[in-house]
Amino acid sequence: MSGDHHDHDHDHEGMLDDQELSYRAKRSLAIQELLIDKGLMTRESIQHKMDIMASRSPTDGARIVARAWVDPEFKARLVADTRSAVAELGYVLAPESQLAVMENTDSVHHVVVCTLCSCYPTSLLGPPPDWYKSFAYRSRAVSDPRGVMREFGLELNTSVEVRVVDSTADLRYIVLPERPAGTENMSEEKLAKLVNRDSMIGVTKASSPEVVNA
Amino acid sequence: MSTEDAVLFQRGDEVRVKEDFPNHHHRTPWFVKGKSGRITDLCGAFPNPETRAYGGTGLPMQPLYRVEFKQSDLWEGESANSSDKLLMDIYQNWLEPA
Amino acid sequence: MPAVHDRGGWPNDEPIDRTEHEHAYWEKSTHALLGAIGELRMIVTDELRRGIESLPADEYEKLSYYEKWSASIEKLLVEKNVLTEEEIDAKVREML
Repeated sequence: MSGDHHDHDHDHEGMLDDQELSYRAKRSLAIQELLIDKGLMTRESIQHKMDIMASRSPTDGARIVARAWVDPEFKARLVADTRSAVAELGYVLAPESQLAVMENTDSVHHVVVCTLCSCYPTSLLGPPPDWYKSFAYRSRAVSDPRGVMREFGLELNTSVEVRVVDSTADLRYIVLPERPAGTENMSEEKLAKLVNRDSMIGVTKASSPEVVNA
Repeated sequence: MSTEDAVLFQRGDEVRVKEDFPNHHHRTPWFVKGKSGRITDLCGAFPNPETRAYGGTGLPMQPLYRVEFKQSDLWEGESANSSDKLLMDIYQNWLEPA
Repeated sequence: MPAVHDRGGWPNDEPIDRTEHEHAYWEKSTHALLGAIGELRMIVTDELRRGIESLPADEYEKLSYYEKWSASIEKLLVEKNVLTEEEIDAKVREML
């Protein structure tokens, strides 16, 4: 992701000259300009929000997971009162953002979906991947979670209970993946590198140390 | 008028999801309507999305529950043969005692 | 028949396409736009969802994620008399 923000403060003419912009894309940009023209918002406030979103990534979730792996009392606080626990690491959730953490173990494996739309813990992890929003995922994650996980390379033993979480209300969910074996002597910083985004959705497990060090 | 409906259910209660199919906005997926499950968590009270979606205040707020269903009660195929579960956040106005 | 947005358990044989695309500028700005509109208390999430769910089924299935947001935001702002479709049409023409 280039992450650079060129100055878009130019005349309205020519802003939609990109032939690839669809009808709805153009109208969204037009709506934004109209609301700015009417003094309801400023270009700076829009840019600021874009900057905030660009600054969020799964790395933030990974830090929280790594801390939970090394500190059992933090983990307990994280599951019991997620808002306060993530605030300890500097993540202040907006008042209307509600977050819950579902812990995966060797006998229980959670995987998260939003069948009705695409709810996702964006305020912590950044935007969801396209596949999470796809009809294929939204349809099959509930009716065939093991089949979905197989597509991501994860085959779970039948002795493991799969728990699909359909986030239908305003609570957003993050999976706390199992700590991989052979990581007993790893630093928190190195552990965080094992925590990939997909493992916090639950379609995969966290990476094993050999994979990351390869 | 109270701003929050009283909490009717406890953790462990067996509940059934109402089998309603209203045309207005609601956050209960079709595949659990008429199905029974068990309350695993009380999530607190939230504004009612069904009225908030049309410009209402969403009051009185509705208690929200995490309900656990057996996948074998919901689906055919591999899920039907497993002891897997499905968890869903459901608003109190959609639940009745099982 | 479940509503078009009520997607859990629908028959689906497609493999999950895991290609990810970097969001275009207009998609990022649409996301920011909703945030700014939300801060003005002009549209809440429930209304956005209702607007998306009320799209005709074929549009719901055809429009991309942020195109659906755009359609819903427009519908709601017009409904609430903040903007008119004609104003939006005119602004699009001005911006071409």
